[in-house]
Amino acid sequence: MWPYVVKRLVLMVPILLGITIICFTVMHLAPGSPTDLQTQMNPRASAELKARLRAMYDLDKPLPVQYWLWLKRMVVLDFGRSFSPDRRPVLDKIKERIPVTLAINFLSLLAILAVAIPLGVSAAVRRGSLFDNLTSVLVFTGFAMPTFWLALLLMIFFGIYLDWLPISGIRSLNYEYLPPWAAFWDLLKHLILPVSLSAFGGLAGLSRFMRANMLEVIRQEYIMTARAKGLPERVVIYRHALRNALLPIITILGLSIPGLIGGSVVFETIFAIPGMGQLFYMAVMARDYPTVMGILFIGAVLTLIGNLIADVAYALADPRIRV
Amino acid sequence: MALTGSILVLALFVVAFLAPWISPYDPEKIDLNHVLSPPSSSHWLGTDQLGRDVLSRMIWGSRISLKVGFVSTGIALLIGVILGAISGYYGGWVDQVIMRFVDIMLCFPTFFLILAVIAFLEPSIWNIMVVIGATGWMGITRLVRADFISLRERDFVMAARAIGASDWRIIFSHILPNAMASVLVAGTLGVAGAILTESALSFLGIGVQPPTPSWGNILTAGKDNIDIAWWLSFFPGLAILFTVMGYNLLGEGIRDALDPRLDLQN
Repeated sequence: MWPYVVKRLVLMVPILLGITIICFTVMHLAPGSPTDLQTQMNPRASAELKARLRAMYDLDKPLPVQYWLWLKRMVVLDFGRSFSPDRRPVLDKIKERIPVTLAINFLSLLAILAVAIPLGVSAAVRRGSLFDNLTSVLVFTGFAMPTFWLALLLMIFFGIYLDWLPISGIRSLNYEYLPPWAAFWDLLKHLILPVSLSAFGGLAGLSRFMRANMLEVIRQEYIMTARAKGLPERVVIYRHALRNALLPIITILGLSIPGLIGGSVVFETIFAIPGMGQLFYMAVMARDYPTVMGILFIGAVLTLIGNLIADVAYALADPRIRV
Repeated sequence: MALTGSILVLALFVVAFLAPWISPYDPEKIDLNHVLSPPSSSHWLGTDQLGRDVLSRMIWGSRISLKVGFVSTGIALLIGVILGAISGYYGGWVDQVIMRFVDIMLCFPTFFLILAVIAFLEPSIWNIMVVIGATGWMGITRLVRADFISLRERDFVMAARAIGASDWRIIFSHILPNAMASVLVAGTLGVAGAILTESALSFLGIGVQPPTPSWGNILTAGKDNIDIAWWLSFFPGLAILFTVMGYNLLGEGIRDALDPRLDLQN
């Protein structure tokens, strides 16, 4: 096991190099530069000042040199300073925002698992029934649903029409003055809509996948054996079939990480949640190169580690797989 | 299922082609006397914050969705089929290089990359189509490669090689037609995905720019007026939902019709 993990970790290095080279090139080859954005509003900005700004950000050097400088800093985990007026270190900016994004994604993953697995299993066990057909309709709606639209509808319904839930941010203005339990409830109320929406997107795919797995497993001979020796149907389904059908879910979870991270841009923008997605959106708009590179890098690392954990967990869960 | 899908897709085509004749108003005509008026007999789906007719804007917006869906999927198919074919046909180090590149591309949170590129370039519909296409070909490459690997050892390929057909000819006239089933399905589903991505980008304000109407940017106006004008949010999203569902159902239908074996994969 350990040699395998080490080998995978080593293999991550060239992949990360590839990713960062692509990002860096694409970003710097695009027309327009951060110094233009910062100076275009100021009529007194002279050509000389622009050149000084460019030199300050190392933007006057050739692209490979700039990449090399960036890479040298990255090795010691120095993400550089943001181009935005506050000039704060990128790492600090990301650090204060990453927990929110990870927490929302983690909660929505839990919600997806809690709903999709029973849904998929029941649909497979009752294949062709009304319930199965209804879940199919739900699944196809889920696949086609623009989640940002659903977010708007739920905001209108729960936030404005019923006025039950807050529609932006993760805390109320008076958060600091609330007693602990009320503060917790406040946080919870702010998270309900974003978490359930981000779960909804993944729900369709996973329940359909679960249903297909289950149908596949039920056909196997060991299930026939279990039935033949007279085990109750409940035991056959939940102990013998479900366990085997669950295995591939591990891999799917690993693969779904980029989608979840990408989706957080939309959610965090809609609900004004101060997470990584929102930071990325603002950084992109301001051409804040170090921040954009930092977030892309972190996103890629999270994805790679997620895939590795998924593969290792699969091998641990299924003795037939040897790594 | 496939029938429902084709009806939905066909309806979208009809609406898009007939846009100049069936839309009741000029989609970009501003009428400040009727700002944010709710659905009524003169404006079936209401008006937006500049008094423009929402129904007309949605009808013209269908053209954008259609265009984005097809062009960006076309680009993805072009890249995906060529790389997948080369990779599967030649194998060896060529295959290794292409597949590692696919792995790298799959590790991106794609939406981040699209967002970054579009925001850095001028937001225009052509840039959107190119970028969605250029980040959506990896799945197709893998599919085509898998098909090519299983097809390249077949007798008919051997026969073609025996009579001296060039690699190019074997790839494109002998193997590719046999791999078309999965390509067609992936393409149809790709159109659905591209339409969703475009609407999300336009919604974030970096897609199709107003005054040109697109379903996504009408929704942005809906978000800005969320507490007073539900119709601005409701109808364009419904259009996106039905369009995407139409392509998805159609794709599944084609899959079932062309190749029953593929059904097992999902």
